[in-house]
Amino acid sequence: MNFEITLVIILIIIGSVIALELNDLLSCVISVGVAGYGLSVIFLLLGAPDLAITQIVAEILALVILIRATLERDTTRMTGVRAVMLALVAVFSIGTLLYFASISLARLPAFGSPIMKVSSEYIARTLSGVGAANAVSAIILDFRAIDTLGEVTALFTAAVAVVAIMRKSARKPREERD
Amino acid sequence: MRQNTPQGMSVIVKTVTRLTVRLIFLFGVYVILHGHLTPGGGFAGGVMLALAAVHVMLAYGRDTAMKELSFSGAQIFEGIGALAFLVIGLSGLAAGVFFKNYLAPGTPFEFLSGGTIIISNMAIGLKVMGGLFAIFVAMTFFQGGGTDDKK
Repeated sequence: MNFEITLVIILIIIGSVIALELNDLLSCVISVGVAGYGLSVIFLLLGAPDLAITQIVAEILALVILIRATLERDTTRMTGVRAVMLALVAVFSIGTLLYFASISLARLPAFGSPIMKVSSEYIARTLSGVGAANAVSAIILDFRAIDTLGEVTALFTAAVAVVAIMRKSARKPREERD
Repeated sequence: MRQNTPQGMSVIVKTVTRLTVRLIFLFGVYVILHGHLTPGGGFAGGVMLALAAVHVMLAYGRDTAMKELSFSGAQIFEGIGALAFLVIGLSGLAAGVFFKNYLAPGTPFEFLSGGTIIISNMAIGLKVMGGLFAIFVAMTFFQGGGTDDKK
Protein backbone atom coordinates (compact mmCIF):
# COMPACT_ATOMS: atom_id res chain seq x y z
CA MET A 1 0.00 0.00 0.00
CA ASN A 2 1.33 3.38 -0.78
CA PHE A 3 2.59 5.74 1.85
CA GLU A 4 0.12 8.62 1.48
CA ILE A 5 -2.89 6.33 1.77
CA THR A 6 -1.51 4.76 4.94
CA LEU A 7 -0.95 8.23 6.39
CA VAL A 8 -4.53 9.30 5.63
CA ILE A 9 -5.93 6.06 7.09
CA ILE A 10 -3.96 6.68 10.31
CA LEU A 11 -5.40 10.21 10.44
CA ILE A 12 -8.93 8.81 9.98
CA ILE A 13 -8.41 6.35 12.84
CA ILE A 14 -7.08 9.10 15.12
CA GLY A 15 -10.06 11.32 14.27
CA SER A 16 -12.52 8.54 14.97
CA VAL A 17 -10.94 7.69 18.33
CA ILE A 18 -11.01 11.38 19.30
CA ALA A 19 -14.68 11.54 18.30
CA LEU A 20 -15.43 8.59 20.57
CA GLU A 21 -13.64 10.06 23.56
CA LEU A 22 -14.93 13.63 23.46
CA ASN A 23 -17.76 14.70 25.73
CA ASP A 24 -19.07 17.58 23.64
CA LEU A 25 -21.35 16.27 20.88
CA LEU A 26 -20.56 19.15 18.52
CA SER A 27 -16.82 18.43 18.72
CA CYS A 28 -17.60 14.75 18.09
CA VAL A 29 -19.46 15.58 14.90
CA ILE A 30 -16.57 17.72 13.68
CA SER A 31 -14.05 14.95 14.46
CA VAL A 32 -16.17 12.44 12.55
CA GLY A 33 -15.76 14.76 9.57
CA VAL A 34 -12.08 13.71 9.42
CA ALA A 35 -13.23 10.28 8.25
CA GLY A 36 -15.28 11.66 5.38
CA TYR A 37 -12.67 14.11 4.12
CA GLY A 38 -9.90 11.55 4.53
CA LEU A 39 -11.91 9.10 2.44
CA SER A 40 -12.27 11.77 -0.23
CA VAL A 41 -8.48 12.28 -0.29
CA ILE A 42 -7.99 8.51 -0.58
CA PHE A 43 -10.34 8.39 -3.57
CA LEU A 44 -8.30 11.17 -5.20
CA LEU A 45 -5.03 9.32 -4.55
CA LEU A 46 -6.50 6.16 -6.09
CA GLY A 47 -7.51 8.10 -9.20
CA ALA A 48 -11.27 8.26 -8.74
CA PRO A 49 -12.19 11.96 -8.98
CA ASP A 50 -15.89 11.18 -9.49
CA LEU A 51 -16.11 9.46 -6.14
CA ALA A 52 -13.96 12.12 -4.48
CA ILE A 53 -16.27 14.95 -5.59
CA THR A 54 -19.41 13.08 -4.55
CA GLN A 55 -17.88 12.08 -1.22
CA ILE A 56 -16.77 15.61 -0.35
CA VAL A 57 -20.06 17.34 -1.18
CA ALA A 58 -22.12 14.66 0.56
CA GLU A 59 -19.80 14.92 3.58
CA ILE A 60 -20.25 18.71 3.74
CA LEU A 61 -24.05 18.38 3.64
CA ALA A 62 -24.03 15.57 6.20
CA LEU A 63 -21.81 17.61 8.55
CA VAL A 64 -24.05 20.67 8.24
CA ILE A 65 -27.17 18.59 8.94
CA LEU A 66 -25.49 16.79 11.87
CA ILE A 67 -24.22 20.04 13.40
CA ARG A 68 -27.60 21.73 13.08
CA ALA A 69 -29.41 18.66 14.39
CA THR A 70 -27.10 17.92 17.32
CA LEU A 71 -26.57 21.41 18.71
CA GLU A 72 -29.14 20.97 21.44
CA ARG A 73 -28.75 17.28 22.15
CA ASP A 74 -26.89 15.72 25.05
CA THR A 75 -24.74 12.67 25.15
CA THR A 76 -26.07 9.78 27.18
CA ARG A 77 -23.64 7.43 28.81
CA MET A 78 -24.50 3.95 30.01
CA THR A 79 -23.01 2.60 33.19
CA GLY A 80 -22.97 -0.65 35.12
CA VAL A 81 -23.95 -4.04 33.71
CA ARG A 82 -25.47 -2.66 30.52
CA ALA A 83 -22.22 -0.91 29.59
CA VAL A 84 -20.21 -4.12 30.07
CA MET A 85 -22.74 -6.14 28.06
CA LEU A 86 -22.72 -3.57 25.26
CA ALA A 87 -18.93 -3.58 25.13
CA LEU A 88 -18.88 -7.39 24.99
CA VAL A 89 -21.43 -7.47 22.18
CA ALA A 90 -19.47 -4.82 20.27
CA VAL A 91 -16.16 -6.66 20.68
CA PHE A 92 -17.76 -9.94 19.59
CA SER A 93 -19.38 -8.39 16.51
CA ILE A 94 -16.23 -6.57 15.44
CA GLY A 95 -14.16 -9.71 16.01
CA THR A 96 -16.50 -11.79 13.84
CA LEU A 97 -16.47 -9.13 11.16
CA LEU A 98 -12.67 -8.90 11.17
CA TYR A 99 -12.31 -12.69 11.03
CA PHE A 100 -14.45 -13.08 7.93
CA ALA A 101 -13.01 -9.90 6.41
CA SER A 102 -9.47 -11.29 6.76
CA ILE A 103 -10.53 -14.53 5.03
CA SER A 104 -12.22 -12.72 2.14
CA LEU A 105 -9.54 -10.05 1.78
CA ALA A 106 -6.87 -12.72 1.36
CA ARG A 107 -8.75 -14.08 -1.63
CA LEU A 108 -9.28 -10.76 -3.38
CA PRO A 109 -7.43 -10.34 -6.70
CA ALA A 110 -4.76 -7.68 -6.92
CA PHE A 111 -5.76 -4.04 -7.37
CA GLY A 112 -6.57 -3.31 -11.01
CA SER A 113 -7.12 -6.91 -12.12
CA PRO A 114 -10.77 -7.72 -11.42
CA ILE A 115 -12.30 -11.17 -11.71
CA MET A 116 -15.29 -9.99 -13.65
CA LYS A 117 -14.57 -9.31 -17.28
CA VAL A 118 -17.64 -7.10 -17.67
CA SER A 119 -15.83 -3.94 -16.54
CA SER A 120 -13.30 -4.08 -19.38
CA GLU A 121 -16.27 -4.45 -21.74
CA TYR A 122 -17.78 -1.28 -20.28
CA ILE A 123 -14.56 0.64 -20.78
CA ALA A 124 -14.16 -0.62 -24.34
CA ARG A 125 -17.70 0.34 -25.34
CA THR A 126 -17.98 3.70 -23.56
CA LEU A 127 -16.56 5.91 -26.32
CA SER A 128 -17.90 4.08 -29.35
CA GLY A 129 -21.25 2.88 -28.03
CA VAL A 130 -22.37 5.62 -25.68
CA GLY A 131 -20.24 8.56 -26.80
CA ALA A 132 -19.67 9.89 -23.28
CA ALA A 133 -16.13 10.87 -22.33
CA ASN A 134 -16.73 10.12 -18.65
CA ALA A 135 -16.83 6.36 -18.27
CA VAL A 136 -18.38 6.55 -14.79
CA SER A 137 -21.36 8.51 -16.10
CA ALA A 138 -21.72 6.06 -18.97
CA ILE A 139 -21.80 3.14 -16.55
CA ILE A 140 -24.21 4.56 -13.99
CA LEU A 141 -26.61 6.19 -16.47
CA ASP A 142 -26.45 3.84 -19.44
CA PHE A 143 -25.08 0.36 -18.75
CA ARG A 144 -26.46 0.19 -15.23
CA ALA A 145 -29.26 2.74 -15.32
CA ILE A 146 -31.65 0.43 -13.46
CA ASP A 147 -29.25 0.48 -10.50
CA THR A 148 -29.43 4.26 -10.61
CA LEU A 149 -33.22 4.10 -10.70
CA GLY A 150 -33.05 2.09 -7.49
CA GLU A 151 -30.73 4.67 -5.97
CA VAL A 152 -33.08 7.49 -6.95
CA THR A 153 -35.95 5.55 -5.38
CA ALA A 154 -33.95 5.06 -2.18
CA LEU A 155 -33.21 8.78 -1.88
CA PHE A 156 -36.85 9.63 -2.66
CA THR A 157 -38.04 7.23 0.02
CA ALA A 158 -35.55 8.66 2.51
CA ALA A 159 -36.74 12.20 1.89
CA VAL A 160 -40.39 11.20 2.15
CA ALA A 161 -39.70 9.30 5.37
CA VAL A 162 -37.81 12.19 6.98
CA VAL A 163 -40.55 14.64 6.10
CA ALA A 164 -43.22 12.22 7.32
CA ILE A 165 -41.49 11.71 10.68
CA MET A 166 -40.54 15.33 11.25
CA ARG A 167 -43.68 17.05 9.98
CA LYS A 168 -45.73 19.08 12.38
CA SER A 169 -49.32 18.47 11.32
CA ALA A 170 -49.56 15.01 12.86
CA ARG A 171 -48.33 16.19 16.23
CA LYS A 172 -50.50 17.17 19.12
CA PRO A 173 -51.17 20.89 19.42
CA ARG A 174 -48.63 22.64 21.56
CA GLU A 175 -51.12 23.71 24.23
CA GLU A 176 -52.03 20.13 25.08
CA ARG A 177 -48.43 19.07 25.48
CA ASP A 178 -47.35 21.91 27.74
CA MET B 1 -31.31 26.68 18.66
CA ARG B 2 -28.75 29.40 18.70
CA GLN B 3 -28.74 30.54 15.12
CA ASN B 4 -32.34 30.01 14.10
CA THR B 5 -33.24 33.66 14.54
CA PRO B 6 -34.99 35.12 11.50
CA GLN B 7 -32.23 37.60 10.80
CA GLY B 8 -29.48 35.00 10.38
CA MET B 9 -25.78 35.43 11.09
CA SER B 10 -23.47 38.46 11.21
CA VAL B 11 -22.93 40.99 8.42
CA ILE B 12 -19.57 39.45 7.48
CA VAL B 13 -21.14 36.07 6.80
CA LYS B 14 -23.98 37.72 4.87
CA THR B 15 -21.60 39.66 2.63
CA VAL B 16 -19.43 36.65 1.86
CA THR B 17 -22.57 34.60 1.18
CA ARG B 18 -23.86 37.24 -1.21
CA LEU B 19 -20.59 37.05 -3.14
CA THR B 20 -20.16 33.29 -3.20
CA VAL B 21 -23.57 31.68 -3.36
CA ARG B 22 -24.15 32.39 -7.05
CA LEU B 23 -20.76 30.90 -7.88
CA ILE B 24 -21.59 27.75 -5.91
CA PHE B 25 -24.93 27.47 -7.70
CA LEU B 26 -23.29 28.03 -11.09
CA PHE B 27 -20.65 25.40 -10.36
CA GLY B 28 -23.38 22.93 -9.41
CA VAL B 29 -25.14 23.57 -12.73
CA TYR B 30 -21.81 23.15 -14.52
CA VAL B 31 -21.11 19.82 -12.81
CA ILE B 32 -24.58 18.55 -13.73
CA LEU B 33 -24.44 19.65 -17.36
CA HIS B 34 -20.90 18.35 -17.92
CA GLY B 35 -21.48 15.07 -16.09
CA HIS B 36 -20.82 13.07 -19.25
CA LEU B 37 -17.52 14.86 -19.94
CA THR B 38 -15.85 15.66 -16.61
CA PRO B 39 -15.93 14.05 -13.15
CA GLY B 40 -19.15 14.61 -11.30
CA GLY B 41 -22.68 14.24 -12.49
CA GLY B 42 -26.25 14.55 -11.38
CA PHE B 43 -25.77 13.50 -7.78
CA ALA B 44 -22.69 15.61 -7.00
CA GLY B 45 -24.08 18.65 -8.82
CA GLY B 46 -27.44 18.26 -7.14
CA VAL B 47 -25.81 18.18 -3.72
CA MET B 48 -23.97 21.40 -4.65
CA LEU B 49 -27.25 23.09 -5.60
CA ALA B 50 -28.78 21.96 -2.32
CA LEU B 51 -25.70 23.30 -0.49
CA ALA B 52 -26.18 26.69 -2.16
CA ALA B 53 -29.72 26.84 -0.78
CA VAL B 54 -28.50 25.63 2.64
CA HIS B 55 -25.79 28.33 2.51
CA VAL B 56 -28.42 31.05 2.03
CA MET B 57 -30.49 29.59 4.83
CA LEU B 58 -27.59 29.45 7.29
CA ALA B 59 -26.45 33.00 6.56
CA TYR B 60 -29.71 34.89 6.05
CA GLY B 61 -32.04 32.85 8.19
CA ARG B 62 -35.04 30.77 7.35
CA ASP B 63 -37.44 33.35 5.94
CA THR B 64 -35.10 34.75 3.27
CA ALA B 65 -34.11 31.29 2.08
CA MET B 66 -37.71 30.15 1.94
CA LYS B 67 -38.44 32.99 -0.48
CA GLU B 68 -35.80 31.58 -2.84
CA LEU B 69 -36.76 27.91 -2.55
CA SER B 70 -39.74 27.04 -0.41
CA PHE B 71 -40.24 23.69 1.32
CA SER B 72 -43.09 22.68 -0.95
CA GLY B 73 -41.07 23.90 -3.94
CA ALA B 74 -38.23 21.58 -2.96
CA GLN B 75 -40.66 18.68 -2.68
CA ILE B 76 -42.10 19.50 -6.11
CA PHE B 77 -38.58 19.58 -7.61
CA GLU B 78 -37.88 16.21 -6.03
CA GLY B 79 -41.03 14.65 -7.46
CA ILE B 80 -40.47 16.13 -10.90
CA GLY B 81 -36.87 14.91 -10.99
CA ALA B 82 -37.73 11.36 -9.95
CA LEU B 83 -40.62 11.17 -12.40
CA ALA B 84 -38.48 12.59 -15.21
CA PHE B 85 -35.86 9.91 -14.65
CA LEU B 86 -38.56 7.23 -14.74
CA VAL B 87 -40.00 8.74 -17.93
CA ILE B 88 -36.54 8.60 -19.53
CA GLY B 89 -36.41 4.90 -18.70
CA LEU B 90 -39.92 4.28 -20.00
CA SER B 91 -39.23 6.15 -23.23
CA GLY B 92 -36.27 3.83 -23.66
CA LEU B 93 -38.73 0.97 -23.21
CA ALA B 94 -40.81 2.46 -26.02
CA ALA B 95 -37.68 2.39 -28.18
CA GLY B 96 -36.91 -1.25 -27.36
CA VAL B 97 -35.37 -1.91 -23.91
CA PHE B 98 -35.92 -0.28 -20.51
CA PHE B 99 -33.38 2.58 -20.21
CA LYS B 100 -32.25 2.10 -23.80
CA ASN B 101 -30.00 4.96 -24.86
CA TYR B 102 -31.95 5.78 -28.01
CA LEU B 103 -30.47 9.19 -28.78
CA ALA B 104 -27.49 9.45 -31.12
CA PRO B 105 -24.14 8.99 -29.33
CA GLY B 106 -22.65 12.06 -31.00
CA THR B 107 -18.97 12.90 -31.12
CA PRO B 108 -17.13 12.06 -27.90
CA PHE B 109 -15.80 15.09 -25.94
CA GLU B 110 -18.40 17.35 -27.56
CA PHE B 111 -21.04 18.90 -25.30
CA LEU B 112 -23.91 17.17 -27.12
CA SER B 113 -22.77 13.58 -26.78
CA GLY B 114 -23.67 10.55 -24.76
CA GLY B 115 -27.33 10.34 -25.81
CA THR B 116 -29.76 10.38 -22.89
CA ILE B 117 -27.05 10.72 -20.23
CA ILE B 118 -27.25 14.51 -20.16
CA ILE B 119 -31.04 14.47 -19.66
CA SER B 120 -30.74 11.82 -16.95
CA ASN B 121 -28.12 13.95 -15.19
CA MET B 122 -30.46 16.94 -15.22
CA ALA B 123 -33.34 14.89 -13.81
CA ILE B 124 -31.17 13.40 -11.05
CA GLY B 125 -29.68 16.80 -10.22
CA LEU B 126 -33.14 18.33 -9.81
CA LYS B 127 -34.26 15.40 -7.71
CA VAL B 128 -31.21 15.41 -5.42
CA MET B 129 -31.39 19.17 -4.91
CA GLY B 130 -35.05 19.07 -3.90
CA GLY B 131 -34.74 15.96 -1.79
CA LEU B 132 -31.66 16.96 0.20
CA PHE B 133 -32.93 20.50 0.80
CA ALA B 134 -36.24 19.10 2.02
CA ILE B 135 -34.37 16.71 4.34
CA PHE B 136 -32.26 19.60 5.68
CA VAL B 137 -35.27 21.81 6.34
CA ALA B 138 -37.21 18.98 7.94
CA MET B 139 -34.37 17.88 10.20
CA THR B 140 -33.35 21.34 11.38
CA PHE B 141 -36.63 23.17 11.75
CA PHE B 142 -39.41 20.67 12.38
CA GLN B 143 -38.36 19.36 15.77
CA GLY B 144 -40.53 21.15 18.24
CA GLY B 145 -38.51 24.35 18.33
CA GLY B 146 -40.00 27.76 18.84
CA THR B 147 -40.04 28.60 15.13
CA ASP B 148 -42.21 25.59 14.41
CA ASP B 149 -45.62 27.15 14.80
CA LYS B 150 -45.66 29.88 12.19
CA LYS B 151 -45.70 28.47 8.75
